[in-house]
Amino acid sequence: MVKESYLREEILALLSEIKDPEIPVVTIEEMGMLRDVILSDKGCEILLTPTYTACPAMGIIEQDILSTLKEAGIDNAKVTMVFAPAWTTDWMSETTKEKLIRFGIAAPVHSSCSNWLSPKNVEVKCPKCESTDTKLISQFGSTACKALYSCNHCHEPFDYFKCH
Amino acid sequence: MTKQEALYQYLLQLGDNALIQSHRLSEWCSKGPILEEDLALTNIALDYIGRAQNLLHYAGEVEGKGQSADQLAYRRPEHQYYNNLIAEMPKGDFAFTIAKQLLISTYELLLYTELCHSKDETLAGIAGKAIKEVRYHWTHSRDWCYRLGKGTVLSNELLQQAVNDLWMYTGEQFEMGAEEELMLKEVIGCDNKALQNKWLEMVETVLSDSNIKIPTATYNQSGGRKGIHTENMGHILSEMQYLQRAYPEAIW
Repeated sequence: MVKESYLREEILALLSEIKDPEIPVVTIEEMGMLRDVILSDKGCEILLTPTYTACPAMGIIEQDILSTLKEAGIDNAKVTMVFAPAWTTDWMSETTKEKLIRFGIAAPVHSSCSNWLSPKNVEVKCPKCESTDTKLISQFGSTACKALYSCNHCHEPFDYFKCH
Repeated sequence: MTKQEALYQYLLQLGDNALIQSHRLSEWCSKGPILEEDLALTNIALDYIGRAQNLLHYAGEVEGKGQSADQLAYRRPEHQYYNNLIAEMPKGDFAFTIAKQLLISTYELLLYTELCHSKDETLAGIAGKAIKEVRYHWTHSRDWCYRLGKGTVLSNELLQQAVNDLWMYTGEQFEMGAEEELMLKEVIGCDNKALQNKWLEMVETVLSDSNIKIPTATYNQSGGRKGIHTENMGHILSEMQYLQRAYPEAIW
Protein backbone atom coordinates (compact mmCIF):
# COMPACT_ATOMS: atom_id res chain seq x y z
CA MET A 1 0.00 0.00 0.00
CA VAL A 2 1.24 3.48 -0.95
CA LYS A 3 0.68 4.83 2.51
CA GLU A 4 3.10 2.38 4.03
CA SER A 5 5.86 2.56 1.45
CA TYR A 6 5.96 6.31 0.73
CA LEU A 7 5.79 9.57 2.63
CA ARG A 8 3.79 12.51 1.25
CA GLU A 9 7.04 14.49 0.96
CA GLU A 10 8.69 11.74 -1.04
CA ILE A 11 5.89 11.71 -3.59
CA LEU A 12 5.91 15.50 -3.80
CA ALA A 13 9.66 15.40 -4.44
CA LEU A 14 9.14 12.80 -7.16
CA LEU A 15 6.47 14.87 -8.89
CA SER A 16 8.43 18.11 -8.49
CA GLU A 17 10.74 16.85 -11.23
CA ILE A 18 7.98 16.87 -13.87
CA LYS A 19 8.48 19.60 -16.44
CA ASP A 20 5.82 21.88 -17.89
CA PRO A 21 5.33 20.35 -21.38
CA GLU A 22 5.08 23.77 -23.02
CA ILE A 23 7.91 25.45 -21.10
CA PRO A 24 10.33 22.57 -20.45
CA VAL A 25 12.75 24.69 -18.37
CA VAL A 26 10.36 24.95 -15.41
CA THR A 27 8.66 22.22 -13.40
CA ILE A 28 5.00 21.96 -12.47
CA GLU A 29 6.04 22.63 -8.88
CA GLU A 30 7.85 25.85 -9.83
CA MET A 31 4.82 26.97 -11.81
CA GLY A 32 2.64 26.47 -8.76
CA MET A 33 0.40 23.87 -10.40
CA LEU A 34 1.30 21.02 -8.07
CA ARG A 35 -0.66 21.77 -4.92
CA ASP A 36 -0.64 18.72 -2.68
CA VAL A 37 -0.55 14.97 -2.31
CA ILE A 38 -3.05 13.17 -0.12
CA LEU A 39 -2.25 9.62 0.92
CA SER A 40 -5.04 7.38 2.14
CA ASP A 41 -5.96 3.71 2.33
CA LYS A 42 -7.44 4.04 -1.15
CA GLY A 43 -4.19 5.25 -2.65
CA CYS A 44 -2.73 8.54 -3.64
CA GLU A 45 -4.56 11.69 -4.73
CA ILE A 46 -2.67 14.46 -6.48
CA LEU A 47 -4.15 17.95 -6.27
CA LEU A 48 -3.43 19.99 -9.36
CA THR A 49 -4.45 23.55 -10.20
CA PRO A 50 -4.86 24.42 -13.88
CA THR A 51 -3.07 27.57 -15.06
CA TYR A 52 -5.81 28.34 -17.59
CA THR A 53 -9.27 26.79 -17.75
CA ALA A 54 -8.59 25.23 -21.11
CA CYS A 55 -4.82 24.78 -20.96
CA PRO A 56 -4.21 21.83 -23.33
CA ALA A 57 -1.06 20.93 -21.38
CA MET A 58 -3.12 19.80 -18.38
CA GLY A 59 -3.96 16.46 -19.97
CA ILE A 60 -0.30 15.80 -20.72
CA ILE A 61 0.70 16.80 -17.19
CA GLU A 62 -1.89 14.42 -15.75
CA GLN A 63 -0.47 11.59 -17.86
CA ASP A 64 3.09 12.52 -16.83
CA ILE A 65 2.10 12.42 -13.16
CA LEU A 66 0.43 9.02 -13.46
CA SER A 67 3.31 7.50 -15.40
CA THR A 68 5.92 8.92 -12.99
CA LEU A 69 4.01 7.34 -10.11
CA LYS A 70 3.61 4.09 -11.97
CA GLU A 71 7.37 3.88 -12.49
CA ALA A 72 7.76 4.28 -8.74
CA GLY A 73 5.35 1.38 -8.26
CA ILE A 74 2.30 3.44 -7.36
CA ASP A 75 -0.70 2.28 -9.39
CA ASN A 76 -3.71 3.49 -7.47
CA ALA A 77 -3.20 7.20 -8.05
CA LYS A 78 -5.63 9.82 -9.28
CA VAL A 79 -5.32 13.46 -10.23
CA THR A 80 -7.93 15.91 -8.97
CA MET A 81 -8.26 19.42 -10.39
CA VAL A 82 -8.59 22.11 -7.73
CA PHE A 83 -9.89 25.49 -8.88
CA ALA A 84 -9.78 27.49 -5.67
CA PRO A 85 -7.72 29.45 -4.99
CA ALA A 86 -7.36 30.27 -8.67
CA TRP A 87 -3.88 29.88 -10.09
CA THR A 88 -1.99 33.14 -10.41
CA THR A 89 1.32 34.18 -11.90
CA ASP A 90 2.05 35.73 -8.46
CA TRP A 91 3.01 32.21 -7.33
CA MET A 92 6.06 32.20 -9.58
CA SER A 93 9.28 32.76 -7.68
CA GLU A 94 12.00 35.11 -8.90
CA THR A 95 14.13 32.05 -9.77
CA THR A 96 11.31 30.68 -11.93
CA LYS A 97 10.96 34.04 -13.68
CA GLU A 98 14.72 34.04 -14.36
CA LYS A 99 14.40 30.61 -15.98
CA LEU A 100 11.58 31.84 -18.21
CA ILE A 101 13.65 34.82 -19.34
CA ARG A 102 16.65 32.61 -20.15
CA PHE A 103 14.27 30.43 -22.19
CA GLY A 104 13.24 33.51 -24.19
CA ILE A 105 9.91 34.30 -22.53
CA ALA A 106 9.48 37.66 -20.78
CA ALA A 107 8.20 37.05 -17.24
CA PRO A 108 5.01 38.59 -15.80
CA VAL A 109 5.86 42.05 -14.45
CA HIS A 110 3.10 43.10 -12.12
CA SER A 111 0.63 41.55 -9.77
CA SER A 112 -2.26 39.76 -11.41
CA CYS A 113 -5.08 41.33 -9.51
CA SER A 114 -4.19 44.98 -9.43
CA ASN A 115 -4.75 47.61 -12.11
CA TRP A 116 -5.94 45.18 -14.76
CA LEU A 117 -8.16 47.87 -16.22
CA SER A 118 -5.41 50.42 -16.68
CA PRO A 119 -2.01 48.84 -16.12
CA LYS A 120 0.37 51.74 -15.83
CA ASN A 121 4.14 51.76 -16.08
CA VAL A 122 4.29 48.18 -17.31
CA GLU A 123 7.73 47.77 -18.78
CA VAL A 124 8.12 44.47 -20.54
CA LYS A 125 11.81 43.81 -21.02
CA CYS A 126 13.02 42.07 -24.16
CA PRO A 127 14.39 38.69 -23.02
CA LYS A 128 17.05 38.83 -25.74
CA CYS A 129 18.59 42.32 -25.49
CA GLU A 130 17.01 43.52 -22.22
CA SER A 131 15.73 46.71 -23.81
CA THR A 132 12.54 48.11 -22.28
CA ASP A 133 11.65 49.73 -25.61
CA THR A 134 9.14 47.05 -26.58
CA LYS A 135 5.60 47.03 -27.95
CA LEU A 136 2.57 44.82 -27.56
CA ILE A 137 1.56 43.13 -30.81
CA SER A 138 -1.33 41.06 -29.45
CA GLN A 139 -2.65 40.12 -26.02
CA PHE A 140 -3.21 36.61 -27.37
CA GLY A 141 -0.18 34.65 -28.50
CA SER A 142 1.04 31.15 -29.20
CA THR A 143 -0.51 29.66 -26.06
CA ALA A 144 -3.27 30.72 -23.68
CA CYS A 145 -0.77 32.07 -21.16
CA LYS A 146 1.23 34.29 -23.47
CA ALA A 147 0.98 37.64 -25.24
CA LEU A 148 2.99 38.56 -28.32
CA TYR A 149 5.50 41.41 -28.09
CA SER A 150 8.15 42.84 -30.32
CA CYS A 151 11.37 44.64 -29.38
CA ASN A 152 11.92 48.07 -30.93
CA HIS A 153 15.64 47.84 -30.19
CA CYS A 154 16.74 44.43 -31.51
CA HIS A 155 13.55 43.98 -33.62
CA GLU A 156 12.99 40.43 -32.37
CA PRO A 157 9.46 39.23 -31.66
CA PHE A 158 9.04 37.49 -28.31
CA ASP A 159 6.48 35.88 -25.99
CA TYR A 160 5.41 37.54 -22.78
CA PHE A 161 3.91 35.46 -19.97
CA LYS A 162 0.70 37.35 -19.20
CA CYS A 163 -0.20 38.36 -15.66
CA HIS A 164 -2.99 36.20 -14.42
CA MET B 1 -38.05 23.12 -7.93
CA THR B 2 -35.45 21.81 -5.51
CA LYS B 3 -32.16 23.56 -4.85
CA GLN B 4 -30.35 20.76 -6.70
CA GLU B 5 -32.58 21.10 -9.79
CA ALA B 6 -32.14 24.86 -9.80
CA LEU B 7 -28.36 24.57 -9.53
CA TYR B 8 -28.27 22.03 -12.38
CA GLN B 9 -30.32 24.36 -14.57
CA TYR B 10 -28.21 27.36 -13.57
CA LEU B 11 -24.96 25.56 -14.44
CA LEU B 12 -26.40 24.48 -17.80
CA GLN B 13 -27.24 28.11 -18.61
CA LEU B 14 -23.73 29.29 -17.75
CA GLY B 15 -22.14 26.31 -19.49
CA ASP B 16 -24.27 26.62 -22.63
CA ASN B 17 -23.45 30.31 -23.01
CA ALA B 18 -19.75 29.43 -22.89
CA LEU B 19 -20.16 26.45 -25.25
CA ILE B 20 -22.09 28.31 -27.94
CA GLN B 21 -19.82 31.36 -27.68
CA SER B 22 -16.84 29.07 -28.12
CA HIS B 23 -18.39 27.47 -31.20
CA ARG B 24 -19.11 30.82 -32.84
CA LEU B 25 -15.63 32.19 -32.12
CA SER B 26 -13.93 29.05 -33.38
CA GLU B 27 -15.64 29.66 -36.73
CA TRP B 28 -13.00 32.38 -37.14
CA CYS B 29 -10.21 29.81 -37.17
CA SER B 30 -8.13 30.44 -40.32
CA LYS B 31 -10.55 33.22 -41.36
CA GLY B 32 -9.33 36.06 -39.13
CA PRO B 33 -8.71 39.44 -40.79
CA ILE B 34 -5.05 39.27 -39.71
CA LEU B 35 -2.99 36.46 -38.23
CA GLU B 36 -2.87 38.02 -34.74
CA GLU B 37 -6.66 38.29 -34.67
CA ASP B 38 -7.07 34.74 -35.91
CA LEU B 39 -5.01 33.71 -32.88
CA ALA B 40 -6.81 36.06 -30.51
CA LEU B 41 -10.33 34.95 -31.42
CA THR B 42 -9.45 31.27 -31.28
CA ASN B 43 -7.61 31.79 -27.96
CA ILE B 44 -10.79 33.33 -26.58
CA ALA B 45 -12.76 30.38 -28.01
CA LEU B 46 -10.37 28.09 -26.12
CA ASP B 47 -11.02 29.93 -22.84
CA TYR B 48 -14.74 29.51 -23.45
CA ILE B 49 -14.56 25.80 -24.21
CA GLY B 50 -12.54 25.29 -21.02
CA ARG B 51 -15.15 27.15 -19.03
CA ALA B 52 -17.96 25.18 -20.69
CA GLN B 53 -16.17 21.92 -19.88
CA ASN B 54 -15.81 22.82 -16.19
CA LEU B 55 -19.38 24.05 -15.83
CA LEU B 56 -20.98 21.14 -17.70
CA HIS B 57 -18.81 18.62 -15.84
CA TYR B 58 -20.03 20.10 -12.57
CA ALA B 59 -23.62 20.19 -13.86
CA GLY B 60 -23.36 16.46 -14.53
CA GLU B 61 -22.12 15.88 -10.97
CA VAL B 62 -24.94 17.97 -9.51
CA GLU B 63 -27.55 16.12 -11.55
CA GLY B 64 -26.08 12.84 -10.30
CA LYS B 65 -27.15 10.68 -13.24
CA GLY B 66 -23.65 10.06 -14.49
CA GLN B 67 -23.77 12.45 -17.47
CA SER B 68 -20.34 13.65 -18.53
CA ALA B 69 -19.53 17.15 -19.84
CA ASP B 70 -19.31 15.69 -23.35
CA GLN B 71 -22.69 13.99 -23.12
CA LEU B 72 -24.28 17.23 -21.95
CA ALA B 73 -22.55 19.23 -24.67
CA TYR B 74 -23.22 16.91 -27.60
CA ARG B 75 -26.32 14.84 -26.88
CA ARG B 76 -29.02 17.24 -25.82
CA PRO B 77 -31.76 18.33 -28.24
CA GLU B 78 -32.13 22.01 -29.13
CA HIS B 79 -34.86 22.91 -26.64
CA GLN B 80 -32.70 21.64 -23.79
CA TYR B 81 -30.00 24.27 -24.40
CA TYR B 82 -30.37 27.37 -22.26
CA ASN B 83 -27.87 29.88 -23.64
CA ASN B 84 -28.86 33.49 -24.29
CA LEU B 85 -29.92 34.18 -27.88
CA ILE B 86 -27.08 36.67 -28.38
CA ALA B 87 -24.53 33.83 -28.09
CA GLU B 88 -26.01 31.96 -31.05
CA MET B 89 -26.05 34.97 -33.40
CA PRO B 90 -23.87 34.21 -36.44
CA LYS B 91 -20.29 35.42 -36.32
CA GLY B 92 -21.05 37.94 -39.10
CA ASP B 93 -18.20 40.18 -40.19
CA PHE B 94 -15.34 41.15 -37.87
CA ALA B 95 -17.16 44.25 -36.59
CA PHE B 96 -20.20 42.12 -35.76
CA THR B 97 -18.10 39.66 -33.75
CA ILE B 98 -16.36 42.51 -31.91
CA ALA B 99 -19.68 44.19 -31.05
CA LYS B 100 -21.04 40.84 -29.87
CA GLN B 101 -17.96 40.25 -27.74
CA LEU B 102 -18.21 43.69 -26.13
CA LEU B 103 -21.90 43.27 -25.26
CA ILE B 104 -21.36 39.76 -23.87
CA SER B 105 -18.02 40.17 -22.13
CA THR B 106 -19.15 43.33 -20.31
CA TYR B 107 -22.01 41.24 -18.89
CA GLU B 108 -19.65 38.37 -18.05
CA LEU B 109 -17.23 40.73 -16.35
CA LEU B 110 -19.98 41.79 -13.94
CA LEU B 111 -21.51 38.30 -13.63
CA TYR B 112 -18.31 36.39 -12.88
CA THR B 113 -17.10 39.08 -10.44
CA GLU B 114 -20.28 38.33 -8.46
CA LEU B 115 -20.00 34.54 -8.86
CA CYS B 116 -16.51 34.62 -7.28
CA HIS B 117 -18.43 35.17 -4.02
CA SER B 118 -20.86 32.29 -4.59
CA LYS B 119 -21.52 30.11 -1.56
CA ASP B 120 -21.08 27.11 -3.86
CA GLU B 121 -17.34 26.52 -3.64
CA THR B 122 -16.97 24.78 -7.00
CA LEU B 123 -18.83 27.51 -8.85
CA ALA B 124 -16.84 30.18 -7.01
CA GLY B 125 -13.62 28.35 -7.98
CA ILE B 126 -14.58 28.19 -11.67
CA ALA B 127 -15.59 31.88 -11.53
CA GLY B 128 -12.27 32.82 -9.89
CA LYS B 129 -10.43 31.40 -12.87
CA ALA B 130 -12.91 32.66 -15.49
CA ILE B 131 -12.88 36.28 -14.33
CA LYS B 132 -9.18 36.65 -15.08
CA GLU B 133 -9.76 35.42 -18.62
CA VAL B 134 -12.87 37.57 -19.12
CA ARG B 135 -10.81 40.69 -18.30
CA TYR B 136 -8.57 39.95 -21.27
CA HIS B 137 -11.62 39.25 -23.48
CA TRP B 138 -13.21 42.52 -22.45
CA THR B 139 -10.12 44.68 -23.06
CA HIS B 140 -9.68 42.94 -26.43
CA SER B 141 -13.19 43.86 -27.59
CA ARG B 142 -12.98 47.36 -26.09
CA ASP B 143 -9.73 48.13 -27.91
CA TRP B 144 -11.13 46.89 -31.21
CA CYS B 145 -14.28 49.00 -30.73
CA TYR B 146 -12.04 52.07 -30.44
CA ARG B 147 -10.14 51.13 -33.61
CA LEU B 148 -13.19 50.27 -35.68
CA GLY B 149 -15.35 53.10 -34.38
CA LYS B 150 -12.66 55.72 -34.93
CA GLY B 151 -11.14 54.02 -37.98
CA THR B 152 -12.61 54.58 -41.41
CA VAL B 153 -16.14 55.65 -42.38
CA LEU B 154 -16.82 52.04 -43.38
CA SER B 155 -15.47 50.45 -40.17
CA ASN B 156 -17.53 52.91 -38.10
CA GLU B 157 -20.66 52.10 -40.15
CA LEU B 158 -20.16 48.35 -39.81
CA LEU B 159 -19.69 48.58 -36.04
CA GLN B 160 -22.72 50.87 -35.67
CA GLN B 161 -24.85 48.49 -37.74
CA ALA B 162 -23.68 45.52 -35.65
CA VAL B 163 -24.52 47.27 -32.36
CA ASN B 164 -27.95 48.24 -33.74
CA ASP B 165 -28.66 44.67 -34.89
CA LEU B 166 -27.53 43.03 -31.63
CA TRP B 167 -29.13 45.49 -29.24
CA MET B 168 -32.48 43.70 -28.97
CA TYR B 169 -30.74 40.54 -27.77
CA THR B 170 -28.86 42.20 -24.90
CA GLY B 171 -31.79 42.51 -22.47
CA GLU B 172 -32.15 38.76 -22.07
CA GLN B 173 -28.86 38.64 -20.17
CA PHE B 174 -30.52 40.43 -17.25
CA GLU B 175 -33.65 38.30 -16.95
CA MET B 176 -34.32 36.27 -13.83
CA GLY B 177 -36.01 32.90 -14.13
CA ALA B 178 -37.34 30.79 -11.27
CA GLU B 179 -34.05 28.89 -10.96
CA GLU B 180 -32.08 32.12 -10.83
CA GLU B 181 -34.33 33.55 -8.11
CA LEU B 182 -33.75 30.40 -6.07
CA MET B 183 -29.99 30.51 -6.67
CA LEU B 184 -29.96 34.16 -5.60
CA LYS B 185 -31.85 33.27 -2.41
CA GLU B 186 -29.30 30.54 -1.67
CA VAL B 187 -26.42 33.02 -2.27
CA ILE B 188 -25.14 30.73 -5.04
CA GLY B 189 -26.20 32.76 -8.06
CA CYS B 190 -26.27 36.42 -8.87
CA ASP B 191 -28.95 39.08 -9.28
CA ASN B 192 -28.84 39.67 -13.03
CA LYS B 193 -31.21 42.63 -12.86
CA ALA B 194 -28.85 44.45 -10.53
CA LEU B 195 -26.08 44.24 -13.16
CA GLN B 196 -28.00 46.01 -15.91
CA ASN B 197 -27.33 49.64 -14.98
CA LYS B 198 -23.62 49.07 -14.52
CA TRP B 199 -23.53 47.13 -17.81
CA LEU B 200 -25.25 49.97 -19.66
CA GLU B 201 -22.87 52.50 -18.16
CA MET B 202 -19.79 50.49 -19.18
CA VAL B 203 -21.07 49.73 -22.69
CA GLU B 204 -22.12 53.35 -23.23
CA THR B 205 -18.68 54.59 -22.19
CA VAL B 206 -16.84 52.30 -24.62
CA LEU B 207 -19.26 52.98 -27.48
CA SER B 208 -19.34 56.74 -27.09
CA ASP B 209 -15.53 56.76 -26.88
CA SER B 210 -15.66 54.85 -30.20
CA ASN B 211 -18.00 57.40 -31.86
CA ILE B 212 -20.84 54.86 -31.87
CA LYS B 213 -24.41 55.89 -31.00
CA ILE B 214 -26.36 53.92 -28.40
CA PRO B 215 -29.47 52.43 -30.01
CA THR B 216 -32.72 53.87 -28.73
CA ALA B 217 -34.92 50.88 -29.62
CA THR B 218 -36.30 49.21 -26.51
CA TYR B 219 -37.75 45.97 -27.92
CA ASN B 220 -36.11 42.87 -26.46
CA GLN B 221 -36.19 39.36 -27.84
CA SER B 222 -35.64 36.55 -25.38
CA GLY B 223 -36.32 32.84 -25.05
CA GLY B 224 -32.94 31.13 -25.02
CA ARG B 225 -32.96 30.65 -21.26
CA LYS B 226 -36.24 28.77 -21.63
CA GLY B 227 -34.92 26.64 -24.48
CA ILE B 228 -36.69 28.58 -27.25
CA HIS B 229 -34.05 29.47 -29.80
CA THR B 230 -33.61 31.34 -33.07
CA GLU B 231 -33.18 29.47 -36.36
CA ASN B 232 -29.40 29.70 -35.85
CA MET B 233 -29.34 27.14 -33.07
CA GLY B 234 -30.31 24.14 -35.21
CA HIS B 235 -27.54 24.95 -37.65
CA ILE B 236 -24.99 25.21 -34.84
CA LEU B 237 -26.04 21.90 -33.32
CA SER B 238 -26.14 20.02 -36.60
CA GLU B 239 -22.49 20.88 -37.09
CA MET B 240 -21.41 20.62 -33.45
CA GLN B 241 -23.16 17.35 -32.68
CA TYR B 242 -22.64 15.58 -35.98
CA LEU B 243 -19.65 13.48 -34.95
CA GLN B 244 -21.06 12.40 -31.59
CA ARG B 245 -24.43 11.56 -33.18
CA ALA B 246 -22.86 9.59 -36.03
CA TYR B 247 -20.24 7.87 -33.88
CA PRO B 248 -21.47 7.82 -30.27
CA GLU B 249 -18.67 7.54 -27.69
CA ALA B 250 -16.03 8.41 -30.29
CA ILE B 251 -12.83 9.59 -28.62
CA TRP B 252 -9.50 10.90 -29.90
